[in-house]
Amino acid sequence: MNPPRPRPKLDQENTAFWTGGSEGRLNIVKCGDCGEFTHPPRLLCRHCQSENVAAHAVPGTGVIDSFTVNHQPWARDLEVPYVIARVKLDGAPGVYLTTNIVNCPVEAVDFEDKVRVVFEEQDGIFYPLFERIA
Amino acid sequence: MPGVDAYVTGLGQSEVGVRLPRHPLLLTVDAVREALDDAGLTLSQIDGVFTYPGKMSSYTAFSPVSSDDLIEVLGIRSKWHLGAMEQPAQLSAIAAAAMAVKQGLVRHAICFRTVYEAGGMADPGTYLSGMKQDTVSGPSQWTSPFWATSAACWTAQYAARHMHRYGMTREQLGQIAINGSKNALRNPRARAITKEELTLDKYMSARMISTPLCLYDCDRFTDAATVVIVSAGDALDEVKTTPVRIAAMSGSVDRYSWDQAEWFAAYETGADLWTRTDYTAKDVDTAQFYDGFAFLPITWLEGLGFCEKGEGGQFIEGGTRIALDGELPMNTFGGQLGAGRLHGFGFAHEAVNQLRGTAAGRQIAGDPKVAVATSGGGPMAAALLLARD
Repeated sequence: MNPPRPRPKLDQENTAFWTGGSEGRLNIVKCGDCGEFTHPPRLLCRHCQSENVAAHAVPGTGVIDSFTVNHQPWARDLEVPYVIARVKLDGAPGVYLTTNIVNCPVEAVDFEDKVRVVFEEQDGIFYPLFERIA
Repeated sequence: MPGVDAYVTGLGQSEVGVRLPRHPLLLTVDAVREALDDAGLTLSQIDGVFTYPGKMSSYTAFSPVSSDDLIEVLGIRSKWHLGAMEQPAQLSAIAAAAMAVKQGLVRHAICFRTVYEAGGMADPGTYLSGMKQDTVSGPSQWTSPFWATSAACWTAQYAARHMHRYGMTREQLGQIAINGSKNALRNPRARAITKEELTLDKYMSARMISTPLCLYDCDRFTDAATVVIVSAGDALDEVKTTPVRIAAMSGSVDRYSWDQAEWFAAYETGADLWTRTDYTAKDVDTAQFYDGFAFLPITWLEGLGFCEKGEGGQFIEGGTRIALDGELPMNTFGGQLGAGRLHGFGFAHEAVNQLRGTAAGRQIAGDPKVAVATSGGGPMAAALLLARD
């Protein structure tokens, strides 16, 4: 049994990201003026500094840019090995998420694998994990 | 007003060990005393104190001594001091001292880095209590929730990508730790950290931490203080050592969240360094590259132009180029993998030792005049070019 995942402290900038999964939405901040994405989420666009930004639901798919099979238990009772990946999101150019690849053996994961989001809920936080698209 | 140049004039280091009983403030004072003796200076001549990252209440073991602590207990009449994490990596503290010296604010500055992570683990109530938090915020909220807890996990992904794109092998990567262990055995201050030479067989069969990084690719918690004294070019008649000039320095940060940066900052910082000097990579006699994780020197080799991007693995193949008697002796004191997690300052300390010819049993041959020392990893980096000219 894994320990509970570390819980993000919700604030004005990050709440839409960490709770969007309650509606099945993977929310990334998008600029209403220049159309670019800002992640980690901020109250202004990092490309044009416009404050006309809002959480935008992206498709929830992407590709594995890189990954590591982690063998070190960083917390008591943490089950290893598990895959940590850097996923390049579809529909949000320039945005990557650090995440876990789940629902497959660690040996099955490879570069450029197509993946889609699956949310894991824990006390109102919806952690965006990813699984391979068969 | 044209500024004067900044020089490294004094080197000091405390005992280096694992779970040392000596208090980290006293270790720091030990290192200061050695550096003052080395330079031939007295405390009354010191007028600046610089450190990285400053005392950390959230993780005291990581940085248990503040610049204010040192100023207080040593009675320093400081004109300028600094201890801050919001700088481009560890060696930025030495760069900041150089800036103060160049501007004439300070004549002789103590720069120090004290770590007590091994001792702290043995006394969590004192040194780790600030880490107990119910929630994560800031940059760690984008990694910790996925149990990407350590920088090892973040670095591993870039190392894995390098292998995937360019074909670097574990046998090649292993030369960083193997070279470090060989050199550490020639460094008396590394005795508590490296006790025997690492073989390729042992490396290849080591347990994985986060693929492709194994146990020997990660530095280990260490207790130590390292001091470098930076002096003004018009105050060199007060010191007895051979001064080593800080010929150039550079730093950069890309994105504060490691996972958004496409390349490590070593590439930008490395290229920038050469725009600030007439020296070139060909002039470098020894490289002291930050190796908290074994992949980081690969990024410095490529970023500073010792080889093309993607060719770092081939460059270190077999370890002959980076050996003590190779064309680019690297991490001649053992690096952090061999000599402990001194956290950046060990590289500047060793670069100056080599350029002075005072590296004793590990002194490189010839008449080394130029060295590069680097620090950082991921999206932030700082580099120093040191020259005896």
